[in-house]
Amino acid sequence: MKILVPVKRVVDHNVKIRMKADGTGVDLANAKMSMNPFDEIAVEQAVRMKEAGEASEVVVISVGPAQAQEVLRTALAMGADRAILVQAEGRVEPLAVAKILQRVAQSEEAGMVILGKQAIDDDCNQTGQMLAALLGWGQATFASKVEMSGGSALVTREIDGGLQQIELSLPAVITADLRLNEPRYASLPNIMKAKKKPLVQQTPEDLGIDVAPRLNVLRVEEPAARASGIRVGSVAELLDKLKTEAAVI
Amino acid sequence: MAILLFADHDNASLSEHSARALSAALQIGAEVDILIAGQGAAPAAEAAAALTGVRRVLLAEDGSLSERLAEPTAALIVQLAGDYDTIVAPATSSGKNVLPRVAALLDVMQLSEVTEVVAPDTFKRPIYAGNAIEVVQSAEAVRVVTVRSASFSPAATGSAAAPIVAIQPATVPALSSFRQNLLSANDRPDLSSARIVVSGGRALGSKERFEATINPLADKLGAAVGASRAAVDAGYAANDFQVGQTGKVVAPDLYIACGISGAIQHLAGMKDSRIIVAINSDGEAPIFQVADYGIVGDIFDIVPEMERAL
Ligand SMILES: Cc1cc2nc3c(=O)[nH]c(=O)nc-3n(C[C@H](O)[C@H](O)[C@H](O)COP(=O)(O)OP(=O)(O)OC[C@H]3O[C@@H](n4cnc5c(N)ncnc54)[C@H](O)[C@@H]3O)c2cc1C
Ligand SMILES: Cc1cc2nc3c(=O)[nH]c(=O)nc-3n(C[C@H](O)[C@H](O)[C@H](O)COP(=O)(O)OP(=O)(O)OC[C@H]3O[C@@H](n4cnc5c(N)ncnc54)[C@H](O)[C@@H]3O)c2cc1C
Repeated sequence: MKILVPVKRVVDHNVKIRMKADGTGVDLANAKMSMNPFDEIAVEQAVRMKEAGEASEVVVISVGPAQAQEVLRTALAMGADRAILVQAEGRVEPLAVAKILQRVAQSEEAGMVILGKQAIDDDCNQTGQMLAALLGWGQATFASKVEMSGGSALVTREIDGGLQQIELSLPAVITADLRLNEPRYASLPNIMKAKKKPLVQQTPEDLGIDVAPRLNVLRVEEPAARASGIRVGSVAELLDKLKTEAAVI
Repeated sequence: MAILLFADHDNASLSEHSARALSAALQIGAEVDILIAGQGAAPAAEAAAALTGVRRVLLAEDGSLSERLAEPTAALIVQLAGDYDTIVAPATSSGKNVLPRVAALLDVMQLSEVTEVVAPDTFKRPIYAGNAIEVVQSAEAVRVVTVRSASFSPAATGSAAAPIVAIQPATVPALSSFRQNLLSANDRPDLSSARIVVSGGRALGSKERFEATINPLADKLGAAVGASRAAVDAGYAANDFQVGQTGKVVAPDLYIACGISGAIQHLAGMKDSRIIVAINSDGEAPIFQVADYGIVGDIFDIVPEMERAL
């Protein structure tokens, strides 16, 4: 079984982002960019399944600018076999990403697609579910455990009240939650090896997909700031403030 | 045209997220139908019918819908979509699982986790862990929207119940099947809707110390218990306790953060709380930047002292 893992290049999770002065968006010039943390978990899962003999090949794909090659190389260094960059500048919405992934999953005859549950920049939490719909496949979102058994996968999902187990017929789409695994760090020899692994480039036009955004971002605003608080010196003072000043207890 | 609200419920009862999402839906338009998809879900449908402002409740019952698995549930919503120009769901694990599938089947983009209705086609939604707010307009034929329930107050319960209409779901091939739910059992209020939340972080050090320190204060205050990702990853608390960008977003009247540093991903889940209290031994911890009341000290002294003094 071939596993396809989409990886997104996003602003690093340690970066405190700044707004552009004209309110048109977030200033990412010079910001450190990395692989979306959930996608590292997705790559790790696919590589472990290959190591366990449950998958034959791990193909990683990113939709984004030329620099997205860096996150693809990182995924290759973690153990993926080859990479596809679908080069697109500017805003590509989850629906368009899902359409691109659908084409590639079909042409690659993938048996499973593992994505991150959400990208930490736009926080959409959509792409995997949309891809499953377009392919007509079953889906298991927010996975914290995946066990293969014959033609199906037993997936444990993180849901609001706790955990849920579902059985998924293959082919299928899985989205990774935080506790699915702890991604490995690529070793130096593997980083060197990754440079020689195949990486092909395509464009959305090659695949016949229109990536024009459907949503119109009118502006991006600064969130409301909180009024600055105070330090209290004792528990008695704290409880007094909570009772009289804030009236919350 | 009308609005369809895909409700969050467990068949036996309607979750408060649904009443909150109804408030958002009523800001978009006046004609709101609530869809209850489930099995043995008449109690949830009755609770939905009692909410003020509901036009009708659509009750679709089938074994395949009992746990609202994504594939049959999305197919059901698509079957009904022709009568609506907006489809709304609270951004719970169920809404987030099902609605993007609906959007793709309808070939429209979804608006995720909106926090404000600016106009029927324009919404505000947080991006970058709430460090920026995007104002987005959708010209799609059908607008598919998930709502961050912490940003809306629950719709009231009215006197006249709306009619409940039974819907026959089309049969679709089963691509997944339900095995079991392993739900965390506790008698405390629901984390997402509690008035007070007491949260613990990595500083708690073990599951035993987490429970021995956080739970008594929470119980004294009638509060829900939350946790940072670090505490959940370390096994001190269950996954559904996680507050943050990638956990639950809460906005209680009072949020007490105990031994939590205040990483942006954690702040994203609680910084809209009305009053924030931070207890941390490091006076420089970023959590103090959002706290209304900060106290520098050891949680193992301060938290029990609070509990005793209440
Ligand atoms: C140069 C540039 C500028 C941008 N400007 C904006 C902007 O101003 N406003 C804005 O809203 N967005 C902007 N984007 C982001 C773009 O809109 C997002 O790719 C899209 O909205 C997807 O949303 P999401 O990542 O939150 O999806 P989610 O559904 O949260 O993503 C879930 C998973 O889907 C997969 N995935 C998602 N996107 C990709 C991808 N591109 N390639 C491979 N896998 C993927 C990953 O596995 C990911 O974990 C910009 C992107 C680029 C490259
Ligand atoms: C993709 C991604 C998603 C994430 N999503 C989330 C999320 O949803 N929610 C979330 O919370 N995090 C999330 N994180 C993790 C986040 O970045 C932080 O690592 C995490 O919040 C830290 O948890 P903490 O504050 O408990 O631990 P730490 O940062 O280790 O802080 C512990 C604090 O306890 C204090 N302390 C220690 N001992 C004592 C004592 N005896 N008394 C008082 N104070 C004490 C310390 O001074 C310190 O400030 C995410 C990270 C990534 C990369």
